[in-house]
Amino acid sequence: MDVKFPVDELILIAPEIILCGFGLLLLLIEVFLKTKSKSFLGILTLVSAGSALVFVLKLSSFSTDLFFGLYSLDSLGSLTKGLILVMLILVVIMSLRYVEREEVISGEYYPLLLFSTLGMMIMVSSKNLLTIFVGLELMSLSIYILVGLFRDNLKAAEASLKYFLLGAFASAFLVYGIALLYGSTGSLDIKGYLEVIAKGDTSTVLIIGVALIAVGFAFKIALVPFHMWTPDVYEGAPTSITAFMAAGVKSAAFVTFLRVFYTAFLPLIKQWGDILWLLAVITMSYANLTALVQQNIKRMLAYSSIAHAGYILVAFVTGEKILSSSIIYYLVAYTFMNVGAFSCVILMGRKGEENLDIDSYAGLSARHPFVAFCLTIFLLSLTGVPPLAGFMAKFYVFSTAIKAGYVWLAIIGVLNSVVAAYYYLRVIMYMYFRDPVKEIGRIDLSPSYILVSLICIFFLIYTGILPRELMLLAEGAVSVFF
Amino acid sequence: MKEYIGILIILIFANLIALLIVGLSYFLGERKPKKVKLEPYECGMTTIGPARRRISIKYYIFAMLFLIFDIEVLFMYPWAVVTKNLKLFGFIEMFIFIIILLVGYVYVWKKGALEWE
Amino acid sequence: MVEFSYNLYLLLSAILFTIGAVGVITRRNGIIVFMCIELMLNAANLAFISATGIHKGLEGMIFVFFVMTVAAAEAAVGLAIFVMIFRLRGTISVDQMNLLKG
Repeated sequence: MDVKFPVDELILIAPEIILCGFGLLLLLIEVFLKTKSKSFLGILTLVSAGSALVFVLKLSSFSTDLFFGLYSLDSLGSLTKGLILVMLILVVIMSLRYVEREEVISGEYYPLLLFSTLGMMIMVSSKNLLTIFVGLELMSLSIYILVGLFRDNLKAAEASLKYFLLGAFASAFLVYGIALLYGSTGSLDIKGYLEVIAKGDTSTVLIIGVALIAVGFAFKIALVPFHMWTPDVYEGAPTSITAFMAAGVKSAAFVTFLRVFYTAFLPLIKQWGDILWLLAVITMSYANLTALVQQNIKRMLAYSSIAHAGYILVAFVTGEKILSSSIIYYLVAYTFMNVGAFSCVILMGRKGEENLDIDSYAGLSARHPFVAFCLTIFLLSLTGVPPLAGFMAKFYVFSTAIKAGYVWLAIIGVLNSVVAAYYYLRVIMYMYFRDPVKEIGRIDLSPSYILVSLICIFFLIYTGILPRELMLLAEGAVSVFF
Repeated sequence: MKEYIGILIILIFANLIALLIVGLSYFLGERKPKKVKLEPYECGMTTIGPARRRISIKYYIFAMLFLIFDIEVLFMYPWAVVTKNLKLFGFIEMFIFIIILLVGYVYVWKKGALEWE
Repeated sequence: MVEFSYNLYLLLSAILFTIGAVGVITRRNGIIVFMCIELMLNAANLAFISATGIHKGLEGMIFVFFVMTVAAAEAAVGLAIFVMIFRLRGTISVDQMNLLKG
């Protein structure tokens, strides 16, 4: 048997090749030139992410399986890859100043960001569990290091350890689940499972395997009760990495979760409707109630990100292929809201003094009206106030639930949003109606933060008022399930 | 199955006798513990320090690096088996793989992780 | 000749996996927790290998290679994190990780 070298397929994975090549190049530049200024590396990262994005856009019309079915190119993958790359660009722009401010001596920061993004891209564009696993691990391993990269920071070190141990624990569940699936069906391709399940051939081993895979993903997405690591890691990690995790890891993991389950295990989702239903309710309610009492804004945003995962799960449990476009829409809106909010959190801090408690935000509108305005927009979008994208996202998700007959779930979701409004609006109230409690000094209004905030605000308002284009894109993306 | 029964019998006897000897000396023997007697090496040299010393943290870094580069060889075994069939494709794939490893090696080297001091 | 029994191997791997999972939850030393995770991964490897026995495909074995590589990479990253924590705090007990709370 001779195997031909699929040269013509290489161009189709150009974005991945670019990221990998630039990652390796940056590592070498870092050790050979020993540059003091890291912004040079940051600009190269921007160049690579930008060119990868151009290729993703050019290739977005293709839809084909590559490399003997181990990798694939389709609309869902392309849209998610585009989203992840835009998120990477925003995080890197933010980091240009943040890394300088925190005096990070490690030049590995940017290469690791690239590798992690590469892992996400591999993960979202494969139909084979082996490739998905490798992508997931590449993403996770890079982030374990990134969380602890600010070396002399005890909190970051502790967050890194916690994330590492729980992340490795979760991937062990995932691997064992895959092993059981392979044992019961003899296939690693998710389309292969569809045939087995369609025949009604569901053994106990297969069911346990699917459940274990779901647990593995639930850890990455941070659903209650697999969320324990989230607040600690989000608080301890460098804020730019928190934004990267909250937006990127969650989107990539959710899209992969969606792809695996909606391609192969849709009958099981219907069968498990009650359990998933309960999981969504617990996730939303627990996270929102805990967020009410948080004094640290990063912890509050961490719980809010868990709650948002709960809202997305509401649309997920319906198991309606057509309506799952609302999940994609939500993920896109969520990415921009979160990156924006964390960019404002970074803005408030200085080296060694991050001003994370909510008291620091008191009276902000009088002293720094621009920052207060930006943060207000992001928090309102997270609350779900029209005409911002956060509102449309919630609207689509809950209307999905109603159309699929889960009326009560939608009602619980809306009630949860009302509870959530309290803690988002509390920060806004502090900023506009309270007198300053403590002196936070001059804040560092660097163009890089302002640019990120403005891009996010523009996007949130634009897709909030004109959601049609994005919705059409999302519908195109989920058409891969038919 | 039959041919293994002999081994089983030997296993049982060996364990029984070992237990018997150790057990008898434990129950019948007389013990008068003294400080000298309880030292790890009663005869021979006097001990000069605790046996459980901390191992230098540098060994960990070497162990880490060894582990990574050692495990990558794993992928070359299946490749070596089918390399005749894969022809140019296999060669190029392995070439890329080695290049990526090499970048890692150069990085580690330049970073100074391979030097002892 | 003893019959190859997939179910028995599966049972063994499930037992190993459970031991690992219980260990992760109950042990307090970071390194031992990590060893338990490795045990879980190896249980998965055993399940893959024994599944290869009945399906006569190679995918399971290839997956084992990848799991081993990932486990090695995880070990390297993990050891680096443990060394960092030990330098900063002088202990790697998971119980004493209590700076982040709320």
